[in-house]
Amino acid sequence: MNIVVCVKQVPDTWSEKRLNDEDNTLDRAATDPVMNEMDEYAVEEALRIKEMHGGEVTVLCMGPDAATETVRKSLSMGVDKAIHVLDEGLHGSDALATSLVLSAALGTLADSGGFDLVVLGSESSDARMSVVPAMLAERLGLPQLTFAKEVSIDAADGGGGTVTIKRLTDDGYQVIEASLPAVVSVVEKINEPRYPSFKGIMAAKKKPVDTKSLADLGVESADVGLGGAWSAVESFETAPPRQAGTIVTDEGDGASKLAEFLASKKFI
Amino acid sequence: MTDVDASDLPAGARLSDELESLRKTVEEFAHDVVAPTIADFYEREAFPYEIVRQMGQMGLFGLPFPEEYGGMGGNYFALCIALEELARVDSSVAITLEAAVSLGAMPIYRFGTEEQKREWLPRLCSGELLGAFGLTEPGGGSDAGATLTRARLDGDEWLISGTKAFITNSGTDITGLVTVTAVTGELPDGRKEISSIIVPSATPGFTVSKKYSKVGWNASDTRELSFTDVRVPAANLLGERGRGYAQFLSILDEGRIAIAALGVGLAQGCVDESVKYATTREAFGRPIGDNQAIAFKVADMEVRAHTARLAYYDAAARMLRGEPFKRQAAIAKLYSSEIAVTNAREATQVHGGYGFMNEYPVARMWRDSKILEIGEGTSEVQRMLIARDLGL
Ligand SMILES: Cc1cc2nc3c(=O)[nH]c(=O)nc-3n(C[C@H](O)[C@H](O)[C@H](O)COP(=O)(O)OP(=O)(O)OC[C@H]3O[C@@H](n4cnc5c(N)ncnc54)[C@H](O)[C@@H]3O)c2cc1C
Repeated sequence: MNIVVCVKQVPDTWSEKRLNDEDNTLDRAATDPVMNEMDEYAVEEALRIKEMHGGEVTVLCMGPDAATETVRKSLSMGVDKAIHVLDEGLHGSDALATSLVLSAALGTLADSGGFDLVVLGSESSDARMSVVPAMLAERLGLPQLTFAKEVSIDAADGGGGTVTIKRLTDDGYQVIEASLPAVVSVVEKINEPRYPSFKGIMAAKKKPVDTKSLADLGVESADVGLGGAWSAVESFETAPPRQAGTIVTDEGDGASKLAEFLASKKFI
Repeated sequence: MTDVDASDLPAGARLSDELESLRKTVEEFAHDVVAPTIADFYEREAFPYEIVRQMGQMGLFGLPFPEEYGGMGGNYFALCIALEELARVDSSVAITLEAAVSLGAMPIYRFGTEEQKREWLPRLCSGELLGAFGLTEPGGGSDAGATLTRARLDGDEWLISGTKAFITNSGTDITGLVTVTAVTGELPDGRKEISSIIVPSATPGFTVSKKYSKVGWNASDTRELSFTDVRVPAANLLGERGRGYAQFLSILDEGRIAIAALGVGLAQGCVDESVKYATTREAFGRPIGDNQAIAFKVADMEVRAHTARLAYYDAAARMLRGEPFKRQAAIAKLYSSEIAVTNAREATQVHGGYGFMNEYPVARMWRDSKILEIGEGTSEVQRMLIARDLGL
């Protein structure tokens, strides 16, 4: 099994985010960068699949220089090698451009045995669009299995086989099966990501990281970055401070008052 | 400029990339796993098995040991970095790791036979088993040579009798062994011959009494142990017969650096909590941190934590370079433990009444700080060591 996990570096989920005044993109310098949390689950799932079925796990990361931290963290968790797409022209890329670059990078793997499975987190905590996995599958012409809370692989001898997931929905889950190779996105429910051990941290130093530019991937810079984006942030405002809540005093009718409130907000 | 380049300068408080990654990983673990759950264990005086199991999975118990024994291939300094980060959030889990590694596993690694190492180290390194070291007795800790516990050879077995007091990690469900010091004879000059012997848990005659009710470290396991005609194979002797005293002195020298790291972690945790509280708590219409009386208090806390960190980094660097480090280890242990107590007292003050409530981390830190001036050599003992090293 050759598995590729796409990982993204994002601003720390818990810190206050800001946009740049010049180009309305996220100010990445203003916050501590971390690995997108959902991607840790994707890495963990890939490592578990490898532990069961053998093979190799590669991380693919598109991001600025500082994203080497995220690449290194994946390697310390046990990933075997990494591809880091690093190019100034990528700044401000939207989801379409991201999926274009990721699919081009996956295309370069054809020479080295290709891949059986691509795993991604189902959303990034900064943009929260949840579209990259679907776009990537579409570009690759592969089945997409999204929002997986459980993944099982039935690998066939000599490559191929099937992947089955439990796809999380609002009211339960769906069981979906596809032939390999395929693209899977995972949700947090799927596992508990491991912390890197010191041995893993030391070993990560020696693992290969292949840095690729847009030219290496044969992607035109006009198709990516701010210039190539299909959507643009026109303006932004900080969210208004949270209003004080409503206090319901129970005078024997507390429950019905609560129900009324929930109904008025269309929660029930 | 002169021709002194950067490599001639002291490294200060900068960590290598790998140690920084380790520090961050443990910081994240302490924040995400320990911080939200430990208060409950503390309150119930219960041992946090699940947290310890996860620490084992991360390889923390194997940090300073080579891979061939199941270790992580790191060194003692890596252990100290992990201890500091744990103690920033909670001292009970930090002392559990400290005692398991530097008192439980280290003597076996340093002085054990190949067979003893193969038998114990892999399970100690993975955290599957915890080791303990029993030196202190009800009648005396500082005067470790005054040991009353006795062991004599009876055929090919040691027959051990005596009592040990305040032994960390000795009574958990996963305790695998206690190494005890015992008098095994008399030297030609009339002094006691002291040796170390490995006693596996559940050896008949070896009883673990119930947990002490302690002021702090309440989620760590501390027990009184008694040995009544306990029989273990002669091969359980750890190191050379009669070298027990010298052995544990060398183990304690190292352990002081680890305790210093624990003190620095606690002192830094006090800074973290105080900064958070001083910027959010308001009195007289503004955050209390806007008052110089509070801001300077917190600044002084940071000064102490930083200075103490440099002291233990220096002691660890000397030790790992193979240089004499006894004095520096004593300085680091003495200073860190005393400033930990000071920072905990000041952090409690910054928190006002809430600082006296157990649910606030600083209250736990306050309770946990005092033992640092007592365990693994009291402050008086550290001063004795430093003075003696100065030729006094
Ligand atoms: C929670 C906890 C965990 C512990 N874990 C362990 C463990 O795992 N293994 C273990 O072996 N021990 C352990 N100990 C024991 C600890 O190391 C001893 O308590 C410590 O060494 C002090 O010994 P003591 O209590 O007998 O005090 P004493 O030695 O009786 O000292 C009492 C006071 O007299 C002072 N004093 C003694 N001699 C002198 C002198 N010559 N000059 C000046 N002042 C002096 C001391 O500094 C101290 O202030 C633990 C203790 C606690 C509380």
